[in-house]
Amino acid sequence: MFPFLTVLIVLPAVAAIVLRALPASARHASRPIALGSAIAELALAVVMAVRFVPSAAGDHQFAQVHSWIPQIGASWAVGVDGMGLLLILLAVLLTPLVILAGWKDDDDADRQMKYLGLILALESFMVLIFAARDVFLFYVAFEAMLIPLYFLIGLFGGEQRRYAAVKFLVFSLVGGLVMLAGVIALYGAGPGGSQGFLTDNLKGLSMSTTTERLIFVAFFFAFAIKAPMVPLHTWLPTVAQTARPGTTTLLVAVLDKVGTFGMISLCLPLFPNASRWAAPVIISFAVASVIYGAVLAIGQKDMLRLVAYTSVSHFGVMVLGIFAFRQTALEGSAFYMLNHGLSTGALFLVVGFLIKRRGSAQIADFGGLQRVVPVLAGTFLIIGLSALALPGLSPFVSEIMVLVGAYPAARAAVIVAIVGVVLAALYILLAYQKIFTGPVRKGLEKTPDLSLREKLVTGPLIVAMVVLGFVPGVALTVLRDPAAAAITTTVPANTAAEVSQ
Amino acid sequence: MSVPSPVILWGPLVPVLIVVGAAMVGILVEAFIRQSAMRRLVQTVLALAATGAAMIVAFLQWAVLKGDGARIAGNYLVSDRQSLAWQAILALFALMGMLLFSSRTQGEDAFTPLASVAPGSTEEALAAKRGFAQTEIFPLGLFAAAGMMLFTMVSDTIVLFVVLEILSLPLYLLVGLARRRRLMSQEAALKYFLMGAFASAIYLFGASLVFGYSAATSYAGIAASIAAGLDRQPMLLAGVALMLVGLLFKLGAVPFHAWTPDVYQGAPTPVTAFMAAATKAAAAAALARLLYLALFGLAWEIAPVLWTVAIATMLLGTVVAIVQTDVKRMLAYSSIAHAGFLLVALTSFRGDALAAVPFYMLAYGLATLGAFAVVSQVRERTPDGALGAEATRLGQWAGLGRRAPWLAAAMALFLLSFAGIPLTAGFIGKFVAFRAAIDAGAWPLVLVAVLASAAAAFFYVRLIVLMFLTPAPPEFDESVEVTNATGPWLVMLVAAAGTILLGVLPSPVLELAHQAAILVP
Repeated sequence: MFPFLTVLIVLPAVAAIVLRALPASARHASRPIALGSAIAELALAVVMAVRFVPSAAGDHQFAQVHSWIPQIGASWAVGVDGMGLLLILLAVLLTPLVILAGWKDDDDADRQMKYLGLILALESFMVLIFAARDVFLFYVAFEAMLIPLYFLIGLFGGEQRRYAAVKFLVFSLVGGLVMLAGVIALYGAGPGGSQGFLTDNLKGLSMSTTTERLIFVAFFFAFAIKAPMVPLHTWLPTVAQTARPGTTTLLVAVLDKVGTFGMISLCLPLFPNASRWAAPVIISFAVASVIYGAVLAIGQKDMLRLVAYTSVSHFGVMVLGIFAFRQTALEGSAFYMLNHGLSTGALFLVVGFLIKRRGSAQIADFGGLQRVVPVLAGTFLIIGLSALALPGLSPFVSEIMVLVGAYPAARAAVIVAIVGVVLAALYILLAYQKIFTGPVRKGLEKTPDLSLREKLVTGPLIVAMVVLGFVPGVALTVLRDPAAAAITTTVPANTAAEVSQ
Repeated sequence: MSVPSPVILWGPLVPVLIVVGAAMVGILVEAFIRQSAMRRLVQTVLALAATGAAMIVAFLQWAVLKGDGARIAGNYLVSDRQSLAWQAILALFALMGMLLFSSRTQGEDAFTPLASVAPGSTEEALAAKRGFAQTEIFPLGLFAAAGMMLFTMVSDTIVLFVVLEILSLPLYLLVGLARRRRLMSQEAALKYFLMGAFASAIYLFGASLVFGYSAATSYAGIAASIAAGLDRQPMLLAGVALMLVGLLFKLGAVPFHAWTPDVYQGAPTPVTAFMAAATKAAAAAALARLLYLALFGLAWEIAPVLWTVAIATMLLGTVVAIVQTDVKRMLAYSSIAHAGFLLVALTSFRGDALAAVPFYMLAYGLATLGAFAVVSQVRERTPDGALGAEATRLGQWAGLGRRAPWLAAAMALFLLSFAGIPLTAGFIGKFVAFRAAIDAGAWPLVLVAVLASAAAAFFYVRLIVLMFLTPAPPEFDESVEVTNATGPWLVMLVAAAGTILLGVLPSPVLELAHQAAILVP
């Protein structure tokens, strides 16, 4: 069988190396090369998605296992279930759009080449991490992708980029290294041997309660930093504010999903009892994230920080859905991961277009743009409405699924979270009002509307959200089984017996 | 007690003999070849050939070795897979070190032309002008290397002392030979010598106390008497504690680390590179053998001590490194932290540690040699336009990524390896080291270690930030110069290739390390 996943992982890496190796005279060709390879990657991923068997969405398809470092039990093991597939599609869809959105960001061909090379290297790791079926391999991708991201933030960004890059790296490394202790301990608790890190070999281990809880905490800590949960979220607004909108798009829309993805695909199946044990605390923090993120979003003066805080709020909803241990809620969370990627990714990109026009990210510097750039305003509105979960757009479906699904398990939490949803309407609409309505600000009268290139960037994302909003079944069919698999492993033996009676 | 003269099997000693032999020939070369350029050439070729040959012979011996190994000189020395692995590693480090020793930029190496005259005197200026070259550095380096290789084979407390001196004495001298900043270099040499002499004496005192307990100097004899459980325990414990002081000093573990930053900073950079990589490796090898062969029966008593030392070493190394403003000092404190990570593996008292420690030291040593090779290439320019000392102030590294992208990229790679980022050798090294500890149930220790690693990443990354993300002030174009000597470039290439290879495809080397996890008593 064609090794789809391995090729998907290797292709962008090769393209990145090619870009790096371009002679100085050919550097001007780096944009077409990067875009071409990203589109080829997308096409290949679509072919893979078509070949994916939805009826077996709970299984890991396109699986490959090769020995890598047998001495420490690590294998090159890749495979995707429905959830992994959708996240990979999201990643490879956003990459060409990000490249396209930043088409004119650099005048210097050398800088252009470096930026695109890093983006492609990052794409490689993004696919790898959602495909990894070996805990060691997952960890390697988890840590190694910090390097391209670090340079993306630190080399290309606003004034505080060095500070932001270091802050990001330190947060991520602390999480990652604590997880490393967990990874090592997990191997010790597992069957060991030359394939001792295969995720499948690590399920259903009989660990002592304390061991399981400690390892769970080590993993969860890293994931909570990634999927920025209050109080470990503070790196995100800093990074979002300083990095390029393209970088932030990939970071928030795709890479932060590694946190929630890890919770579903590693925490729940590998540490079912500890997950249950920790759920009440985690749900409290999730709800705190929902409210805190929303409240702070309202107070932001910087558009990028605003979107970052909305994400903190949205991630709270996802985590709530995961740790409610209900089929509908978990399915909703997994679906929300995709939708949030589409919606927030688009929001960051559109904000990037606005910033490009004004040279400022301060909301106060805008006003009355609706009359000048109607298409841009309309695009912003649609995307903004998707972020506040307007019915008809896909985030609505997933948010409802989480809230309704989680209600029986965590009533108080859901009720509080709904307040957050209401606040969401406030922060999006307030921002829209300040930027686009009212009298036109001086100096903005000649602002150009969305160009064709920019429409090509936002168009696919809006279409995807509308389609998924009306026919969510397309995605939900492949998410049902993975969600069910994550739940069943978490049902303690006695409860399962009660259910069967 | 009568001491029978041992029957010596010369075969397994060949790698050491090659290096010692080359060092002796080197001394004759000093005496007989008067023309300085010729002498230099001969010494360089001799040193490189000897270390290279020693490495190859160590590999060959590994290939033909039957079983686990054997005693080769009574109870004094053994040759087993563990010691062969160490010898190969040390010979590689020595080879890379000799390359750095021999490197010259604009006709000047890193060593003073005439060590015997006072710094700043007219004689010194005259010697420099006449193009004197100190070529004794090569035999001295080879003697130290031979001592280190022998150090990994010792299984007797008194022989250990003798070999400790063999490897230390040349180093004391080498440290004081810097061409620039000679006062600092001489100060470093004196400090190192005084502290080293104390450490050796303390070790010897400890060894005699242990002899008093067990009436044996061989590791096997000590192990047997510990197993027998004689009642003179306090004497034994005191003796063991003092012996550990001597070895932990060489390893640079807290609280016996105080010499490290001054010596690393003051010594000529090639010597620092060689010492930082090789001495630490040799000390780790000897410590492992002593702990695991002679003192295994005391694991229960020793483990808490090692825990304490490991935690103190990791924390102090990382915390103090954060506030350093000199690249060499920063790397010195980082080497202290790495000694702590190494001890984390050793505390386990399990066979895994014997595989983890050589791999860890190989990864660490490659990155260290590479990093110091880079340091030796970033130089100050004096106001009159001549090439000056190394630019080791952190601020002087600003914008290096723009001026010398490959050099800076290599440095970044070594720093990432130190920090233990995946896909570098340092990560696999940390992984196997921590795993040995976790398997022995030492997870609190590993937790401290990972947190220290995270803190350590901060200062490694700070240097990367400086090199790549900080624009260089315009005056640096004149005051800081990046040179391109062949030797350091070769070392950097080997180190970088090794760091990536051991990070991405460590499997073959790990396999060898597993086979090496055996000690012949």
